[in-house]
Amino acid sequence: MPHDPPHSSPLWSSFKATPTAWGRSPSWGLPRLGPGCLTPLLSRHPLPRRAWILSPDEKVSQASLRRLYDRFQALDRTGKGYLSRLDLQQIGALAVNPLGDRIIDSFFPDGSLRLDFPGFVRVLAHFRPVDEEEEGNRDPKEPEPLNSRMNKLRFAFQLYDLDRDGKISRHEMLQALRLMVGVQVTEEQLESIADRTVQEADEDGDGAVSFLEFAKSLEKMNIEQKMSIRILK
Amino acid sequence: MGVRGLVPFCPWNWCLLLATLQCCGASSESNRSTDSSAQSELNVRFAAASSQPAEAISVFTLDYDYVQIPYEVTLWILLASLAKIGFHLNRRLPRLMPESCLLILVGALVGAVIFGTDHKSPPVMDSSIYFLYLLPPIVLESGYFMPTRPFFENLGSILWWAGLGALLNAFGIGLSLHLVCQVPAFGLGDVNLLQNLLFGSLMSAVDPVAVLAVFEEARVNEQLHMMIFGEALLNDGISVVLYNILIAFTKMHKFEGIEPVDILAGCARFIIVGCGGVFFGVIFGFISAFITRFTQNISAIEPLIVFMFSYVSYLVAETLYLSGILAITACAVTMKKYVEENVSQTSYTTIKYFMKMLSSVSETLIFIFMGVSTIGKNHEWNWAFICFTLVFCQIWRAISVFVLFYVSNQFRTFPFSVKDQCVIFYSGVRGAGSFSLAFLLPLSLFPRKKLFVTATLVVIYFTVFIQGITVGPLVRYLDVRKTNKKESINEELHARLMDHLKAGVEDVCGQWSHYQVRDKFKKFDHKYLRKILIRKNLPKSSLVSLYKKLEMKQAIEMVESGVLSSTAFSTSHQAQRTKETKRLSPEDVESMRDILTRNMYQVRQRTLSYNKYNLQPQTSEKQAKEILIRRRNTFRESMKKGHSLPWGKPAGTKNIRYLSFPYSSPLPAGRDMKVAEFTDHDGSDSELPPITFSTHSPKESIQERRWAPEVIPMRSLHRAATPPHFGYRRNASREEHLGRGGRAILRPKPLFHAVDEEFESEEESEEEAPAFGSLLSSELRPGGDCNLSHSPLLQRK
Repeated sequence: MPHDPPHSSPLWSSFKATPTAWGRSPSWGLPRLGPGCLTPLLSRHPLPRRAWILSPDEKVSQASLRRLYDRFQALDRTGKGYLSRLDLQQIGALAVNPLGDRIIDSFFPDGSLRLDFPGFVRVLAHFRPVDEEEEGNRDPKEPEPLNSRMNKLRFAFQLYDLDRDGKISRHEMLQALRLMVGVQVTEEQLESIADRTVQEADEDGDGAVSFLEFAKSLEKMNIEQKMSIRILK
Repeated sequence: MGVRGLVPFCPWNWCLLLATLQCCGASSESNRSTDSSAQSELNVRFAAASSQPAEAISVFTLDYDYVQIPYEVTLWILLASLAKIGFHLNRRLPRLMPESCLLILVGALVGAVIFGTDHKSPPVMDSSIYFLYLLPPIVLESGYFMPTRPFFENLGSILWWAGLGALLNAFGIGLSLHLVCQVPAFGLGDVNLLQNLLFGSLMSAVDPVAVLAVFEEARVNEQLHMMIFGEALLNDGISVVLYNILIAFTKMHKFEGIEPVDILAGCARFIIVGCGGVFFGVIFGFISAFITRFTQNISAIEPLIVFMFSYVSYLVAETLYLSGILAITACAVTMKKYVEENVSQTSYTTIKYFMKMLSSVSETLIFIFMGVSTIGKNHEWNWAFICFTLVFCQIWRAISVFVLFYVSNQFRTFPFSVKDQCVIFYSGVRGAGSFSLAFLLPLSLFPRKKLFVTATLVVIYFTVFIQGITVGPLVRYLDVRKTNKKESINEELHARLMDHLKAGVEDVCGQWSHYQVRDKFKKFDHKYLRKILIRKNLPKSSLVSLYKKLEMKQAIEMVESGVLSSTAFSTSHQAQRTKETKRLSPEDVESMRDILTRNMYQVRQRTLSYNKYNLQPQTSEKQAKEILIRRRNTFRESMKKGHSLPWGKPAGTKNIRYLSFPYSSPLPAGRDMKVAEFTDHDGSDSELPPITFSTHSPKESIQERRWAPEVIPMRSLHRAATPPHFGYRRNASREEHLGRGGRAILRPKPLFHAVDEEFESEEESEEEAPAFGSLLSSELRPGGDCNLSHSPLLQRK
């Protein structure tokens, strides 16, 4: 596996500094090629160099990265080097996913139009299975990795919280319900379900579900398993 | 338990049985009188004819012999069908046991009747009938309904497991039984090695599809599903090939010794027979795909082409002593993809149903015959042989599963867990295949055929009944992730959301394995195969018909559920707001949870649900339509509002993604023309609808914005979809170079599949995705976040 000259790769750690996919995009700095880089293997379309930078810290395995990159290129049908929303919309199965649009939106934080490969991996890194051993060894001072329980939860929370105010309002809850519940349910029923859902989780009585309340309502659930894709080892 | 299902139909069944009985009596009478020992159809008929006294014309005569065979076969099938109806009327029964249990029970019942009346069953089961008529439909069905994409993604593991597994099982069982036969105390000294090997080969034909239904309910993962499906598909072929070779050896052995050269030749033959079969299958698959390219004017013969070519591939392969089973499987797999795009929708449905029907008839007949031969005198019970067979079947299956998967796991990125392996081990249910092969053993070569048949029957009964019934609980037990019932509404909702999210992200990640091979094939397919095999200008755009369907459905749904409540919405909305603080009673909460559980959309499954005996209406398909309708509605809604993007995000995110004109024609003139071709009445199916957003008629679009009809024709979509001041042109130029995505729209058929058959035909979904996606995006994107808006219920204001 011929490698480009060795460099260290500080970039992935900057992903980690942003706790969620919604955070600022990391400042790129000078492109470098790290030991985790896959450049020579993935040369269907030459990409801008910085797209190669993948950090060993993120612990997405090499094989997975390579596959993800293949996938990335396959999705990027015209070889632009980035993905647009349209590219993701062309995934057939996603089109009949009731949350399809929201999922796609979650790949494009802050209204960006382009999704480059690191960004792609960063979003997907939320779905990496939690490795217990790794979790135990983690330095508590370090920021949580993207696949921690909290970050997984936050990712899900963002699907509800459209206006990004950190709360799921009744209205947002209702919208999410409308997406996910079949047409047989009448609007009144939906409304009362939305009311009830908010009520149930709302502890401080502000009529909305904050992230902490959201996390609390799910404390019994095995998020680590539910929000992990086993192909992303 | 089986009897329970039959209860509602008892009177019917008994009537039929009585009819059969009487006829049986009559026929046995006449049989005796004609003294016909020969049982071939022709002879019977001839004998029957000659037995008629040639005197005067009698007013009433009974010529049962003339109709005996078809009559009885028909009655059997009817009986089995009625039993199936009863079986499925009972809700709990299908969950408890696989359907093959029922068929075997019905067979045993018929067998008991036949045995009780001393009647000889008609000779529907002999070697040529089985191999020429009964087997092909069964194989064709499983080949045709195989989910192509996951199959090829796991091809390596499947071949490794199904191929080597069958061999290992056959030789393992054969050799270890041979060892048992050496023990003088068991009285099996005359069973030689070849016979044992032959027995092993027929025992290795497992039929695990019967347990797939159980797995579906328990939601086993896709890999596992595919392994079992693949095994069912290939196993028969391999064991039949092995069986035939061994039969040939046995015949040879009768006259001369077998030399090592012969064994080598046998191995070579095994490979040639298999590969040759696949080769012919692929050739005929392509031919039939090519021919369906020209059938647009006589669509009635489309199903015929499909069936006849599959059958021809089988027959040709058999003529050349190649594996017909593998040929017909390969033929079905090859042609399916292209044929489905060529044939009309009705033909496609016909093909599917007819295929299911034929295979279930075949299988019913085999099972009934199994029942018939279960109850009778032709058994030889040898405790040692039978018990050891049973034990060795399990042991060797366990060995082959754990060894082969251990090896293949080394090469797999996502290995099979021990749990998966246990499930595969336990799904080793023997079925119709093993029985037929045992039943067809030539008596001249196998003096102890009865013993083999008995042992096979015991194994089948054991695996079908005991394993088949307990596999469900086992899977559920192994699957520790049981949802507990005591969830709060929040948990319920969020859990489902996460499931959808996970499924969506999985789709984004794609299925990955063998990517490069697949990519290469896809390119080749696009470059050559599709051009040759698929009709160029498909006449009736199924896209249009899909849209009509969607519109109809939407209309119906709105009438049924939505409109009333949505008219009351504005007031109730206010009312709800004020009631917000009211606490709900536990019953209310309970009912809410109920509503949620029942009505939340299911997470998509990649492998379609497969039932060997039935084509189920796919709920997922319905759901997909519903979701599409909604997304469309929300799109319209947002168009109607003229881009008042309700839940603010920076406008940049909403940047509208229009797909350019599908023909990628940058000329405005061309665009005008195309849009003009859209006539208002819905009947204009003939035109392939370009989903486009024409910028040329802002006035018109303003008029259209008055939301008059509930069901707007497609055309209005085009008009209404005019974005007055969003950068269409800029985007168009940007998107136009996407070429491929745009061009994909030119193929309406896959588009339709993607929607309608998304979960049925699954194959090709990657291919279809672009067209489908771009349709959606072209429609939906202007809303940017169309999901933000409304359900159909809120459509009308």
